[in-house]
Amino acid sequence: MSTTSELVAPPAPTGWKRALGKARSNPTTAVGVVICLLIMAAAIFAPWLAPYDPAEQDIFNRLQPPSAEFWLGTDQFGRDILSRLMWGGQISLTVSLGAIFAAAIIGGAIGLVSGYIGGKFDLFVMQVMDVLLSFPSLILGLIVVALLGPELVNLVVAIALTAVAPFARVARAPTMALKERAFVEAGRALGFSHTRVLFRHILPNILSEVMVMGTLWLATAVRVEASLSFIGLGVKPPTATWGGMTRDGFENILDAPWLAVFPGIAILLLVLGLNMVGDGLRDATDPKLRNE
Amino acid sequence: MSEPVLVVEGLRKHFVAKKGFPKPRTVRVRAVEDISFTIKAGEAFGLVGESGCGKSTAARALLRLIEPDAGTVTWKGENVLTAKGAALKALRRRMQIVFQDPYSSLDPRQSIGDALMEPMRVHGLAEGKEARRRAAALLEEVGLPPAALDRFAHEFSGGQRQRIGIARALTVEPELIVADEPVSALDVSVQAQVLLLMQDLRKRRGLSFLFVSHDLSVVRWFCDRVAVMYLGRIVEEGPAGRVLANPLHPYAQMLRDASPIPDPSRRGVLPRIIGEIPSAANPPPGCPFHPRCVHAMPQCSTQMPAWTAAAGDNQGGVACHLHG
Amino acid sequence: MALFPLPRFAGEGWGGGSAMTGFVIRRLLAAVPTLIAVLTLVFIIVRIVPGDPALVILGDQATPEAIAALRTRLGLDRSLWAQYFSFITSALMGDFGVSMVTGRSITAEVAAVLPHTLDLTIASMIFGVVVGVPVGIWAALNRNGVVDVAARVLSLLGLSFPVFVSGIFLLLAFSLHWRWFPVIGGADLADYGDRLHKLVLPTVALGLIMAAYITRVTRSAMLASLGEDYIRTARAKGVPWRRVVWVHGLRNASIPIVTVVGLYVGILLGNSVLTEIVFNRPGLGKIIVGALNQRDYTMLQGLMVIYCFLIVVVNLITDLLYGVIDPRVKAE
Repeated sequence: MSTTSELVAPPAPTGWKRALGKARSNPTTAVGVVICLLIMAAAIFAPWLAPYDPAEQDIFNRLQPPSAEFWLGTDQFGRDILSRLMWGGQISLTVSLGAIFAAAIIGGAIGLVSGYIGGKFDLFVMQVMDVLLSFPSLILGLIVVALLGPELVNLVVAIALTAVAPFARVARAPTMALKERAFVEAGRALGFSHTRVLFRHILPNILSEVMVMGTLWLATAVRVEASLSFIGLGVKPPTATWGGMTRDGFENILDAPWLAVFPGIAILLLVLGLNMVGDGLRDATDPKLRNE
Repeated sequence: MSEPVLVVEGLRKHFVAKKGFPKPRTVRVRAVEDISFTIKAGEAFGLVGESGCGKSTAARALLRLIEPDAGTVTWKGENVLTAKGAALKALRRRMQIVFQDPYSSLDPRQSIGDALMEPMRVHGLAEGKEARRRAAALLEEVGLPPAALDRFAHEFSGGQRQRIGIARALTVEPELIVADEPVSALDVSVQAQVLLLMQDLRKRRGLSFLFVSHDLSVVRWFCDRVAVMYLGRIVEEGPAGRVLANPLHPYAQMLRDASPIPDPSRRGVLPRIIGEIPSAANPPPGCPFHPRCVHAMPQCSTQMPAWTAAAGDNQGGVACHLHG
Repeated sequence: MALFPLPRFAGEGWGGGSAMTGFVIRRLLAAVPTLIAVLTLVFIIVRIVPGDPALVILGDQATPEAIAALRTRLGLDRSLWAQYFSFITSALMGDFGVSMVTGRSITAEVAAVLPHTLDLTIASMIFGVVVGVPVGIWAALNRNGVVDVAARVLSLLGLSFPVFVSGIFLLLAFSLHWRWFPVIGGADLADYGDRLHKLVLPTVALGLIMAAYITRVTRSAMLASLGEDYIRTARAKGVPWRRVVWVHGLRNASIPIVTVVGLYVGILLGNSVLTEIVFNRPGLGKIIVGALNQRDYTMLQGLMVIYCFLIVVVNLITDLLYGVIDPRVKAE
């Protein structure tokens, strides 16, 4: 028996790792990662980093413009804007990450199972998803939060509900392609159960697509959370939320425009950072662009 | 020869699709209409025919990778088509498949070692170090270094992947291998290597083969017996030497004449090939081959020819009115 | 986007009529089950999710008699199936019930302000197309050049703007600082000049996302389209480059562009709520906020249905546009 010996090439990184490697060499992604990490750090370490107590009122320092003492100024109750922004970041990140995590797991599972089973079941499930998709996500989130009450958990549920259908679609398409591949048939022929084929062989192959989608939808989730807070459906005051702060600032826009501008910039930066990361990851994993 | 291991009788698989609006119409593609054959222990049985004749569907149906509509498949006296659960899992161990496309037959996210050890774990054959040792031995058997265990499929060439596919089929110690066009996606130079490997394994392990191919020269070299399929039916069956050299059925003759002959002195006039294989959704009445047959007689378009044994001992048979 | 894609069968036309008529009829028929499905989902969300609406509306302290009275008024004492059936049938006939707070017909309240919301949405859509398509083509023609990089960065920035943030920034700059535009956005519908003037800032704020998306899609669709063989053929036979780009290239790139426009009209409608709040414009958004503050659940339900109707109509128009642009679609 002859041994084929030309097989000594260094192992090439696969899939997700290759995507990360490619994404790192892209300046947009790098900037996006830095922005996201800075905001996350500011939010996570707010208890230690924030210069003031975010809820502490100080009537002698109401509506102060940005200064050395209050870097980003104070609001109508004399609360420090920078401190409130850092604490508010926790809410934005918790709600968005929670919602996207839930949507990715539920939507991903729906798409995976539906695409694998196929047939009439798949047709029905996907029609339900299409109907869900035909609701404008902001309106759907708004109604659900209005019905359930503006609590943190309900915000997560509402935003997750708006993102389930896109994840189901993203998981379903590659599942349908993969189940036609011979390695799935080989697994069946080797006596593997459907569960094993689905979760050990198909799931790892669609994971990177779902994760890229997750990053892109994280940006949307941050935007929807901020929008709901802006409308007044966010986590209730006195808890600081970026959308809520923008709304409060907007009411004082003639006297103290910075009140609305700084939270607005915070939201914009986080959404932009996430979009940059997601964009870079998508370019890196998109097979059409891979060979550029 | 020895005992029959696999007996297929009257196997049928139709694909049904509803098409059209506002009046949906049922389209029935008769991929496999009626197939019967027997494979003996250690025998290599070839299934040949043009693409679309249903040979791959037949191979998948008897392994229950797709569920056949009718017929029986028996493995050493055990009914394959009614087996469930543990019995089916045990039967799957006995019969394995090697696929045509070496690029899609391996999970891109799984290392070769994992791909080889997973079936052993699923069937409780080996675990941990023992499984890894067995996997390395299998790689060696198919001509790959043990270092390949930690590599991924995309690091290998088509021929190497096909070797890995064969090794994976061997992990569960099967007795029959269904090889579905195992070399037709490979470069000609690599084809011979892979064929030699399979021939070698067959002798050493006493494997039986169901060898599905459209390439007559490969089948002639590899197989003991051959069945020729046309539109979901077997039109001729017999020893490979007899069927491929002196076929009785006009379709088998046409196939023989269309395949290249290495000796220029034996080349005659290029055969005339009439038309194309008809759609399996709308097969012609009577003998399925009559619209393309140069010998077609009136009865061919109305009557299905009966199976007739060929002259001589154990020379197979043919379904044709010329020989009826 | 066909929500209920019909079975496709090559070569079979709709008996008798022209291909286009058959296509339109098929699409219209397909929209009905979609509408019913959408209504069903609204019904499920509104009736099942919060438990007893009467209890939710009146609160924990309400007397049992008050709750029973409200249940009768809302029709909640009937069986779920009866409620469902009457909800679907009246909604399909354009009756979305009455406001729990004012007692006025929801259809009438919405109809009074719908033109303002449609003005804004359609203007933003046009803004997005007028900005996005040329910029996208320009970027595609200068692939990896300065214009392309700038377009990519700016479009990424544009689609990261929550509409209330862009709205506030525009308001601060152009209304409060430079005073070019009024702060208040409501206009007399009959005074077209005024209506247009007050529409400018909200349109830019809302259309920014649309313009950003369309730029990106146009760029990639044009890149794909310009790489095709028929483009090389057109150039080889001497068609002027300008014509190659605008006629051959754009025509084939237009399917993905139309898809995106159709998809994002939903996002525009949703975000128009925020725009209307920021610019203090009358419209559906104002009604929604009012209903939220007054816990007017029948109004919220009606609004949700109306938004979905609008989306279904947009999907229908998108589908019909496919048929106009791409002859293969209607011949299916």
